[in-house]
Amino acid sequence: MLGKLTLEAVPYHEPIIMIALAGVGLIGLAIAAWITRAGRWGWLWKDWLTSVDHKNIGIMYIILALVMLLRGFADALMMRAQLALATGGAPGYLPPHHYDQIFTAHGVIMIFFVAMPFIVGLMNLVVPLQIGARDVAFPMLNNLSFWLTVSGALLLNISLGIGEFAKTGWLAFPPLSGLQYSPDVGVDYYIWALQISGVGTTLAGVNMIATILQMRAPGMTMFRMPIFAWTSLCSNMLIVAAFPVLAATLAMLAADRYLDFHFFTNDGGGNAMMYVNLIWIWGHPEVYILILPIFGVFSEIVSTFSTKRLFGYVALVWATVCITVLSFVVWLHHFFTMGSGANVNAFFGITTMLISIPTGVKVFNWLFTMYRGRVRMETPVMWTIGFIITFVIGGMTGVLLAVPGANFVLHNSLFLVAHFHNVIIGGVLFGCFAALTYWFPKATGIKLDEMWGKRAFWCWLVGFYLAFMPLYVLGFLGMTRRMNHSDNPLWTPYLYVALLGALVIAAGIACQLIQFYVSIRDREANRDLTGDPWGGRTLEWAIASPAPFYNFAETPNVRDIDAYWDMKEQGLSPKTHDFEPIHMPNNSATGLVTGAIATVFGFALVWHIWWLAAVTLLGIIATPIIHSFTAGNGYEVSPDTIERMEREHMARVKHAHRAESELVGA
Amino acid sequence: MRDRFKHFLRAMLPVTGTLLLAGCSDGVLDPKGPIGLAERSLIWTATWLMLLVVVPVIGMTIWFAWTYRASNKAARYEPNWDHSRRVEAVVWAVPCVIIAFLAVITWTSTHELDPYRPIESDVPPVQVQVVSLDWKWLFIYPELGIATVNEMAMPTNVPVQFQITSGSVMNAFFIPRLGSMIYSMAGMTTKLALLSSEDGVYDGMSSHYSGAGFSGMKFKVHSTDQAGFEAWVARVRASRDSLDMASYESLARPSENNPVAYYGQVTPSIFGAILHHSAPGMLMHPPMAANPAAPALPHAAGHDGHAMQAADAGTQDGHAHHGHAHRGHKE
Repeated sequence: MLGKLTLEAVPYHEPIIMIALAGVGLIGLAIAAWITRAGRWGWLWKDWLTSVDHKNIGIMYIILALVMLLRGFADALMMRAQLALATGGAPGYLPPHHYDQIFTAHGVIMIFFVAMPFIVGLMNLVVPLQIGARDVAFPMLNNLSFWLTVSGALLLNISLGIGEFAKTGWLAFPPLSGLQYSPDVGVDYYIWALQISGVGTTLAGVNMIATILQMRAPGMTMFRMPIFAWTSLCSNMLIVAAFPVLAATLAMLAADRYLDFHFFTNDGGGNAMMYVNLIWIWGHPEVYILILPIFGVFSEIVSTFSTKRLFGYVALVWATVCITVLSFVVWLHHFFTMGSGANVNAFFGITTMLISIPTGVKVFNWLFTMYRGRVRMETPVMWTIGFIITFVIGGMTGVLLAVPGANFVLHNSLFLVAHFHNVIIGGVLFGCFAALTYWFPKATGIKLDEMWGKRAFWCWLVGFYLAFMPLYVLGFLGMTRRMNHSDNPLWTPYLYVALLGALVIAAGIACQLIQFYVSIRDREANRDLTGDPWGGRTLEWAIASPAPFYNFAETPNVRDIDAYWDMKEQGLSPKTHDFEPIHMPNNSATGLVTGAIATVFGFALVWHIWWLAAVTLLGIIATPIIHSFTAGNGYEVSPDTIERMEREHMARVKHAHRAESELVGA
Repeated sequence: MRDRFKHFLRAMLPVTGTLLLAGCSDGVLDPKGPIGLAERSLIWTATWLMLLVVVPVIGMTIWFAWTYRASNKAARYEPNWDHSRRVEAVVWAVPCVIIAFLAVITWTSTHELDPYRPIESDVPPVQVQVVSLDWKWLFIYPELGIATVNEMAMPTNVPVQFQITSGSVMNAFFIPRLGSMIYSMAGMTTKLALLSSEDGVYDGMSSHYSGAGFSGMKFKVHSTDQAGFEAWVARVRASRDSLDMASYESLARPSENNPVAYYGQVTPSIFGAILHHSAPGMLMHPPMAANPAAPALPHAAGHDGHAMQAADAGTQDGHAHHGHAHRGHKE
């Protein structure tokens, strides 16, 4: 009846896990109590959980990413503490059984459930606004994509309390991840969490491509699209091309584990190397899926805060396209040491280096955007400068790893670990934080507190260098990754410094949490009344903050890359009457219900509860079909409502300008 | 606890800069063989080349951000300057030139440092067959008829030709101070040529995570003169243990932090048998029983695509058959 599931699956004897679970439970209860007391359940359901508004979905994606960041970082702290304690032959406090799950979960969480939802959330929130659209092309599908991602994240977190997670490393290479060497449920949780969330990501990619290609405002040709929309387009192209490979690879691994297939086993004709090829054919484009939109973010921020047009827009677009194409012909550099011939290794080494050319061009373009500009040193700019300096170092170590001869001694070492954290923290994460600060007012109507933002930035920057520069050295000293303990006295001081760095980063995260708290507490003072708090250049700043649910009262006409800047230059004032009614889609619980059923489906498969898997699979298929019969045709927003909301916005803008001029006058 | 704290303080005293320099005195930046030396010089060459562009970029970032800060009204401000052919030409050309240099270096060095490429020497190489197991290393010296666990020796200045496979999951065979690593994979052989040019004891390890006992998967490499090597061989040979399929099977069972072990005798071509029957549970019918004159392993002749050596000597067509001819009748 319950498959392999018994009460034994709950790790009562692991105090760390039990305390973590109790903590999560308490926080959950506290939040539920707060919502009940505030009478906010209806609001939560209507405005958020079942919302098909791309902005709300984007915000929910980002909240998911931030919550998972806390868990992923807790894993990181535990690992650094273990490695600092387990030196000189000491075993530390985490036995391999636990430690190996932690580093696997850390990698999976940070890539799939922090970086990905953060990026997808940003694209969701911003791209339709930047291209002057009312919503994404398929709003209900967008909601479904989000809930499938949540479903994957839930499964992963359930593994903490029921059973265990994979002990294989974040890419679960067979034969280690095969049934013979990992007979437990950990790898099954891994497979189904990624499979379900991967479907969500693929659908989100399709949705975003359709949106960008089909729903741009009149006049916005491809080469008048804001650069963030361009990089998002390329990133989503990569998603649609690469994620099916991941799905197929995981499906084959699942077939090996569930149906006695032999794709990747040692025996029966299987070949584990094929898995390694396939997973990296997804895995390498994946890192560009993450970094391309971030290049877009930094481009927008550099231009906005330098109060200057973006330098070399066309070059930036083509550089992005080059990277998109090249990202599919470099995957073998992840396993130069697997015995490929010299011609093959050299080929992939050189294709990898080629990527640094368009990337280098981008960096120069940002620099020449600042050149002869007026750079305002606000938090987003600090993240940007921190990013450029850190990222070029990460790029350099990356190119070094792309030289097969150097890779032969650095592969799998902590040098490699330092490299990819250098580009993912220094690149993707810094970019996400910059974007969060930059677009927070547009999403919420409130500017984030500047002082706590700067504190967070300095902690992250210093913490990053303290945590990861020692890892470069450790890599040179021959320390390999995923070790549980070490006994080389030369390594010990570096491991201590790395732990110190992780603690400084923890302080940075604390600053960010305080920043949220302080900004919301002082929301009246931090309110963005104009909708254009930074002197913005693109369309999202043309409307109120937070953006009205219909986005644009009237679809704008675009004449320039910096469409809104152009409107300001022309002195166009927004329309305040004679609006047309706006057609909007209905809310829908379909995504939420499907996601919930998918979670149970994954859980049933993990524990071999076949009847439940069959029932839930039917449910997953049936729910969208039922939706297609019951979904309404949406509703119309009356011109009166639009006029009222737009007039209110204009009144706020006037008020803000008056306040500003009084301030200047005083 | 107090000791640990003291230890911590002592460790913290040197500034990071000194720590960075200290990094050069061990590990892959202090190699003891020609492969490692070539790889170190490659690392330095590539790094210096890249610093040619990385340092100016970091400098320009700080310089531009400072000079064109909003409060500096004296700086030139051209809000619409967004294109310059000269600048564009330079920013494309500089990375292109550097990458062109690097690409040439990469092409030649990748061929020179190909792990499969035998090291040129007047003396014939020592053959060592390596099997990664859960969680220890088995070294077989087929010419000498001995085998060891978690310890190996090599004569200094004599090339060693490794043939590597796995008896379970993937690992990577790595002796940081001698140079290149290479993966070990069940049912396949990979090859590696190394040479130690200085007497010493070097650390070896697995550098690809392989499960619970991974961290203890270490071995020592003794590089000595010929006499020392022969003495070591004699010591191993003196062991009364012998490595045959039965003792291999018991050795192959998962164990952690395995002590060093010697086998004075080795069943000939056992490496081939392991290659054919890597998966535990598949050892019921060792090929020796069925075919005592099991053919020696096919050595890699060609180079390209030499990742997957067909383990099955019977298949010569180069496809990745994995020698499961004997596996058809597992019980």
